[in-house]
Amino acid sequence: MSPETAIIAAVAVPLIGAVLIFLNGRTANVREAVTVITAIVTFCIVTTLFDDVASGARPSVTVLEMLPGLGITFTIEPLGMLFAGVASGLWIVTSIYAVGYMRGHHEINQTRFYTCFAIAISSAIGIAFAGNMLTLFVFYEILTLSTFPLVTHSGTDEAKRAGRVYLGILIGTSIGLQLVAVIWTWKVAGTLDFRDGGILPGSISAGLTAVLIGLYVYGIGKAALMPFHRWLPAAMVAPTPVSALLHAVAVVKAGVFSVLKVTIYIFGFDVLTRTNASEWLAFIAAATILLASLVAMTKDNLKARLAYSTVSQLSYIVLGAMLASGIGAVGGAMHIAMHAFGKITLFFCAGAIMVASHKTEISQMKGLGRKMPITFACFLIGALSIIGLPPLGGVWSKWYLSLGAAETGQLVFIAIFMISSLLNIAYLLPIVINGFFFAPPEEAHDDHHLDYHSHVDHGPGDATGPNQWRVRGFEEAPLMCVGALTFTAAGCIVLFISANPLYEFLLPIAGGGTP
Amino acid sequence: MIAQHLPILQIILPLMAAPVCMVIRHPHVVWIWATLIALLCLPISIALLMQVMVEGVIIYELGGWAAPWGIEYRIDKLNAFVLVIVTAIGAVVMPYAKRTVDTEIPVSRVYLFYTMLLLCEAGLLGISVTGDAFNLFVFLEVSSLSSYVLISFGKDRRALTAAYRYLIMGTIGATFYIIGVGLMYNATGSLNIYDLSRLIPELAGSRTIQAAMAFLTVGLGLKLALFPMHMWLPNAYTYAPSAVTVFLAATATKVAVYALIRVTYTIFGTVDILEIVPIRDMFMVMAVIAMFVGSLVAIYQLNIKRMLAYSSVAQIGYIVLGLSFDTVTGMAAGIIHLFNHAVMKGGLFMALGAVAYRVGGVQLGQMTGLGRKMPWTMASFVAGGLSLIGVPLTVGFVSKWYLIQAALEKGWWMIAILIVSSSLLAVIYVWRVVEVIYFRPIGAVAQEVNEAPLSMLIPMWVLIGASIYFGIDATTTLDVAIAAARALVGGGG
Repeated sequence: MSPETAIIAAVAVPLIGAVLIFLNGRTANVREAVTVITAIVTFCIVTTLFDDVASGARPSVTVLEMLPGLGITFTIEPLGMLFAGVASGLWIVTSIYAVGYMRGHHEINQTRFYTCFAIAISSAIGIAFAGNMLTLFVFYEILTLSTFPLVTHSGTDEAKRAGRVYLGILIGTSIGLQLVAVIWTWKVAGTLDFRDGGILPGSISAGLTAVLIGLYVYGIGKAALMPFHRWLPAAMVAPTPVSALLHAVAVVKAGVFSVLKVTIYIFGFDVLTRTNASEWLAFIAAATILLASLVAMTKDNLKARLAYSTVSQLSYIVLGAMLASGIGAVGGAMHIAMHAFGKITLFFCAGAIMVASHKTEISQMKGLGRKMPITFACFLIGALSIIGLPPLGGVWSKWYLSLGAAETGQLVFIAIFMISSLLNIAYLLPIVINGFFFAPPEEAHDDHHLDYHSHVDHGPGDATGPNQWRVRGFEEAPLMCVGALTFTAAGCIVLFISANPLYEFLLPIAGGGTP
Repeated sequence: MIAQHLPILQIILPLMAAPVCMVIRHPHVVWIWATLIALLCLPISIALLMQVMVEGVIIYELGGWAAPWGIEYRIDKLNAFVLVIVTAIGAVVMPYAKRTVDTEIPVSRVYLFYTMLLLCEAGLLGISVTGDAFNLFVFLEVSSLSSYVLISFGKDRRALTAAYRYLIMGTIGATFYIIGVGLMYNATGSLNIYDLSRLIPELAGSRTIQAAMAFLTVGLGLKLALFPMHMWLPNAYTYAPSAVTVFLAATATKVAVYALIRVTYTIFGTVDILEIVPIRDMFMVMAVIAMFVGSLVAIYQLNIKRMLAYSSVAQIGYIVLGLSFDTVTGMAAGIIHLFNHAVMKGGLFMALGAVAYRVGGVQLGQMTGLGRKMPWTMASFVAGGLSLIGVPLTVGFVSKWYLIQAALEKGWWMIAILIVSSSLLAVIYVWRVVEVIYFRPIGAVAQEVNEAPLSMLIPMWVLIGASIYFGIDATTTLDVAIAAARALVGGGG
């Protein structure tokens, strides 16, 4: 398969999968088999492109001309390759997890769920491969719209309210700010192609550059830079597989990926270094890192805590981009992968706990680690990777981000990274400690558990499907859930060992290979 | 031989077919006849557009009398494009109309309905095709009078007052227009639009010409429902029969906008009179207010037809805003939005017509949970709504892109910000409905409801499909719009 065909196939296969899933809605097994097979095929297609990109090729294909002189174009470079690989690879794991979760949790409207999920992945890959800003914007909006039914999946009033916040912020920022920025760029540069070194003409003034990059970074609401971060905690009403893949990987990473892409290929480091236009945003990102971590500490709901942790971690990447140094951008890009594996593990664990024990609040989870040792062990691995401790992948991205800060002489940001790591310890590790070292509370079952989902009420002897996997007195979640979260936890370790190839692969985005 | 007479055939066909309906009278046969005629009109306009794009302006002298003494039909890229809009909408509305007409209009009057609909189409086509300012007035009256009748066909008795109000306002508008034409004739001795555009510059300083322009602008402003002259529109759209709302919303205001473009850009285009009377600035102010007032009022409507009617007021604001920039990009944005708004609003009103047909009303409360009962109709409503918002891959996005680009080219930041903020208001009024359709339990009324019949779904999806297709590949429509804009703003015709 030629690279050009593969690019189109990578975007089209999940879409075709969505149609097939929709058509097979009545037979659950076929539907879910289609999901998993589509995910595997998509991932395989994406991987065929890897060698081309690694050897320096930049395959490109224009699908159609949308406006005169502006088309839907796909071009692959290392950054997009990485994002597409992470999104499509973790889709396989998430689909398997989702089968266990959705059945174990007796969710309604599962066909709509799997269909929208496939469309969302297709648009995430579309964003990853976008060859110009128009293409990126188009798929960005499709991603927002296709995930809306997933966020409001349960259809409750709370989900509806969350959906309003979600759509309001994401559509509001993208149309209100990003679209203006895109059209403005089109007007001053005469092109929207992503090119090495940026496309903005040298004539643009420093003040305007600062405004323009502000429009972009805030217009990309998916990057969840404060104060436009509220949609992310709101989106946690979605079923956990959605929170795991979309709101820890695909959607939010699409946001920070877009920020990186804009910084590197629209502005270019030279322009940003010369004008210092991105410095103010770097400080806002630093503030977001700390504030979101502090908010996370106050949250007792596990998913809400993880959501704020994501807000904080996303700003690492935004900060990496705003440093306008090659090594910082590489660090940011690596963090896309590192955080993806770490955070998806944590969400998988949160979902597994919810399915197996119906507990959503951290304070209820005392002693739960003794019943669910695998889940809690994997949670620990994921947490340590987020914190950034060896031997886990998270350490490398923080390393390169700090190097980037050092390179630009902004030592204050290194301090921010360190403080943030301490805060991460403070809000993530108590969960594991609670789970392993405390005795379970007296009452066996909490009657008024604040469950986010409107699932069918179930007794222990539920006939429709086992929501626990009982082995030797352990009460783990269904096997498909546990398998998935073990896999991603292992991924965190593998990323520690194999970080160097990733670094080498991403180096071209730093421009000139100076670092 | 026929090819040469296409301009007149375009009008003669529906104009002559209308009285034939009176003779046929049988409701079903009349419908077949009207549909046939409407379908025939479409290829004619497409042929004209293709001819204009290749060969340039077509001039057709009626009865062989040379202009400016005789009436000439003069088709350039702009009015050929408008002809395609009107005939295309006509061609999808007629098949759609059958079911709604059967439920909304007494059998004894059905033939009158189709007579009027054909007459209205003939009038609108006439306005577009003619190159004579007085002839334009005649066709304006043909289309207006027939549309008053069409609106009064509405089942709700309030349709009568709505039609009456439109009659009063429309007559004032038409009268103002003819006063303007009279003043121009007084000063120049000509009624031919092209001739006027050559004669007016010498007389630009005269009070007569300035007064003429004021009358023409206000008169046409009333017809196209430019804020604050839009008061007739919401009631007229709300209480008119479903098919009429679709047809009028998609064509009537568009043709009035076309007439306004003709007057301000062709007749007065070469004159610095626009600097003497700051008419473009006035347009801009009114357009921006329309965008916000229309959208804000739409948010509070409980009748969804009425909500879309106010949304139309806002959308007309976008079109007029595009015109007021006086640049090729701005003009192209206005012209492309004529087409884009026609297909999206036509599709949306068709969806509401289907709801009215099945549920019996279009109050927000009656639409609870309809997403499960009428999935295709509601999906088309959502797709049309996304287009109103201006989401990528819909036509609304293309319009908005050009409009914002035009504002930025001029360096008018505030206007660009106002455009995006008003489209965010559209998110609110569209999503309000989406939530009711999909998140509320199925209401008592909707319990027994089935999906709309295919004869309604197909025309609906033709328009919604067009609103997606031309949003993905906008090069075809944009080529025409940009060429038309260039001809207008470049000066002259």
